[in-house]
Amino acid sequence: MGYWMVLPLVLLIIGLVVYPFFYSILLSFKDKGETKFVGLRNYERLINYGTFWLVVGNSFRFTLTAVFFKATLGLMLALILNNLPFRGQRIWRGVSLIPWVMPLALSSLGWWWVFEPTHSALDWVLVQLGGTPKPWLSNPFWARIGCIITNIWFGTPFFMIMYLAGLKSIPQSLYEVAEIDGARALQRFRYVTFPMLGKLIAITVMFSTIVTFANFDIVWILTHGGPRYTTHMFGTYAFNIGIETGNLPRGAAIALFMFPVLGISAFFILRNIARGET
Amino acid sequence: MIRSLAQRKKMKVRLSYLALVPFLVFFMFPLYWMLITSFKTDTEITSLKGIPLIIQSKPTLAHYKKIFFKEKLPLWFKNSFIITGLVTLITMLISISAAYALTRMRFFGSQPLGIGTFLTYLVPPTLLFIPFYKVVGTLGLLNTKWSLLFIYPTATVPFCTWILIGYFSAIPRQLDEAAFVDGASYFQMLTRVFLPVATPGLIAATMFAFTVSWANFLYPLAYIYRHDEQVLTAGIYTSLIKGDVYFWGELMAAALVASVPVVVLFAFLMDYYIAGLTQGTIK
Amino acid sequence: MAKVVIEKLSKNFDRVEAVKNFELDIGDREFVVLVGPSGCGKSTTLRCVAGLEEVTAGEIYIGDQMVNDLPPRDRNIAMVFQDYALYPHMSVYQNMAFGLKLRKYAKAEIAQRVREAAQILGIEELLHRKPRELSGGQRQRVAVGRAIVRKPSVFLFDEPLSNLDAKLRVQMRAELSKLHQQLQTTIIYVTHDQVEAMTMGTKIVIMKDGEIQQVGTPMEVYEYPVNLFVGGFIGSPAMNFIPAKIVSKNSKLYLDAGSFELLVPSKKEKYLQGKTNEEVIFGMRPENMQDKSFAEKSLEGSPVKTVVEVVEPLGNEVQLFVTSGEHSLVARVDPRTQARISEEIELVLNIDKIHIFEKEPPHFRVKTEERS
Repeated sequence: MGYWMVLPLVLLIIGLVVYPFFYSILLSFKDKGETKFVGLRNYERLINYGTFWLVVGNSFRFTLTAVFFKATLGLMLALILNNLPFRGQRIWRGVSLIPWVMPLALSSLGWWWVFEPTHSALDWVLVQLGGTPKPWLSNPFWARIGCIITNIWFGTPFFMIMYLAGLKSIPQSLYEVAEIDGARALQRFRYVTFPMLGKLIAITVMFSTIVTFANFDIVWILTHGGPRYTTHMFGTYAFNIGIETGNLPRGAAIALFMFPVLGISAFFILRNIARGET
Repeated sequence: MIRSLAQRKKMKVRLSYLALVPFLVFFMFPLYWMLITSFKTDTEITSLKGIPLIIQSKPTLAHYKKIFFKEKLPLWFKNSFIITGLVTLITMLISISAAYALTRMRFFGSQPLGIGTFLTYLVPPTLLFIPFYKVVGTLGLLNTKWSLLFIYPTATVPFCTWILIGYFSAIPRQLDEAAFVDGASYFQMLTRVFLPVATPGLIAATMFAFTVSWANFLYPLAYIYRHDEQVLTAGIYTSLIKGDVYFWGELMAAALVASVPVVVLFAFLMDYYIAGLTQGTIK
Repeated sequence: MAKVVIEKLSKNFDRVEAVKNFELDIGDREFVVLVGPSGCGKSTTLRCVAGLEEVTAGEIYIGDQMVNDLPPRDRNIAMVFQDYALYPHMSVYQNMAFGLKLRKYAKAEIAQRVREAAQILGIEELLHRKPRELSGGQRQRVAVGRAIVRKPSVFLFDEPLSNLDAKLRVQMRAELSKLHQQLQTTIIYVTHDQVEAMTMGTKIVIMKDGEIQQVGTPMEVYEYPVNLFVGGFIGSPAMNFIPAKIVSKNSKLYLDAGSFELLVPSKKEKYLQGKTNEEVIFGMRPENMQDKSFAEKSLEGSPVKTVVEVVEPLGNEVQLFVTSGEHSLVARVDPRTQARISEEIELVLNIDKIHIFEKEPPHFRVKTEERS
């Protein structure tokens, strides 16, 4: 009877995940017209193509920077919220989650407007504070920063809510014993909080790495990959090549390049979870 | 430090609220900016005079009226609701049966299946959308909203199943057994004992399925080009920029309005949502 | 080692008075046990001494120093928690060394202290293990060890044995008592288990609803409970309480309990004279109620006819649940008893060991003897 109940899930996984995955590999071996097999030519072309390496570099840079800041800010926010009395904590915890709850494609539109060259509210504030306006979306450096900021805005609440739950699972008596042992606030964080959160931090960082690496919405809406391909990630570049220029096989090849990174991250997550079972 | 313990605790709370402010400003600023833009007149939006952070001339509902009456927003709302609703239903059916089988029934392959479900994360939408393009084309569903119907579940089912597995395994088997001893049939046990107890998990999973489907952008962007068939996220992006002119007022209004269902759902069921997220990882 | 003086300690949580006007003098090297039912304020008091709670009113002195405004780390105390609170990611050695490491003790000194403590507790072989690899009893020892190495002025224990199974608890009780002898330290120990209190403490403080009911040695509180609550709390099975009226018949005093009567012995008469015709509650411990067939003849007492409800053979004695009229009583009788369910049995009450309590709350004990 159990077999029947998991059948839909199995069908979904095999039919809509495994099969397409292998099909995309197959696809990547074809030529643009999808008529004949050309082996690894798509991959060769990509590796020899400068733009592709721009995309690789940007994807890694984007992911590592964004995940680091999201995790750190998320932890800070969790620690702050944990200090608040119950009612206040509940309210502000909820408010802080809104960026993550709101559809990313829609909030990206909002950020697009925030970064808009002529009317940027951010620039206006910067100028008021004595700084200079930044070429947010027209300059490679600032465009990348803009995308990262938006991603941080979107993703920090997730880390916050996870770490907040993690903090609550640390028994109060552990802190009290540490206090009696002589630990001050920073020491209590270092010797009690941080080690106890260790596994959670590892898992959330790995998860976020996978999701951030495979990101699409933000870059597409803010910069469409520009200026001149400098903000492209694997996902957006694959869309650009695969659908916009109509070269589906090459798009498949691009997307498949993500797989090793995702695979390694997933391996670490599984190992962490398995260790936790003991 | 002459300050007593109680005073120190109060200081800690006050400092925490203070430290909270920059975060809240960061989180709320874009939303605030979107909100006031949606109420500003076009002239005010484009003008560079004065303080943009407040509405300086009279606020207007023109943008909201326009998106509802002149643009296809209501149509996109309808499409989004239909697809999201159906996908949520399909997802819950698949996830509930799978999660129940995986937690309550021992059979060969349940362990690897659990891991396999998790591994679907390795094949994200940004990878799947390419082969799906061919599949959708072959099925003749290109350019219709129904293409999304069987694609969206790939994004929702794994996570919902995983959440439900967490909730279901936390329900002690003794509860099922007590029901059987009391004389319940299998079906009665499920409907009168198990599922009611699992309600928080069901709510959380439903919310996630809804939220993820509603927010999906890549798939509708890739497969649907007719404005009539489009859903909210992609529709707003593609339609409200005509040539080189960006209708920011309408864009912001539409973005906010399209977010309302999800945010409202969250506001009412926030605790279930959060519990659903965190219950798995804390084990 | 130091004495602890608590003066007029009060602690409120919002509007709830958890501890009211607690006053206690603890001498150097005393083993004081705070005991009482849940919610009586014993843990709160302990935590105030530790500095984990802020006092609402009153003063706490450790040694000669008032410590109200000192954080826990400056009070030179050590505490053992109910859930042991061992640092899960540190080894046993690191757990025990942590406090000393924070205070920047020399490595050699730390090593020596830890080894000493480990030896006393018999956990030398566990030093490199992590807490999750240890049994409950072992974890508890590590928690105690962590306290010992700090050589504090006062040891605080918060229900440390509650999480152990019954057999282990008996063993650890003895070990903690031995430890106290060995280390000659001042200990404040909180528990809800009156057996622990009786067996380990040199001084017992019984608390209820935030207030001290009685302070005394184990035997003092057992023999001379100051009120009905203490009488019923200490001793297991609990003391029997029977409402009665003091009546005078033929120039003798009797305790009239309705279904039976007890003659007041002559030497107690003078204390109860003034209470003639008053209603009181008298208490009798189960071990002072004997099966008449096997009772010592010298026992002063009037036999009481009872009906047996439950017979619980315990090997060395038999516990009987009996009724007499509307009174339900528990008696611990000779194991040779012939008592059977639903049958009548005559019990003799040792009237010398009677306790008389006032009918009105707080049910103070009426003096019925001279104490040495």
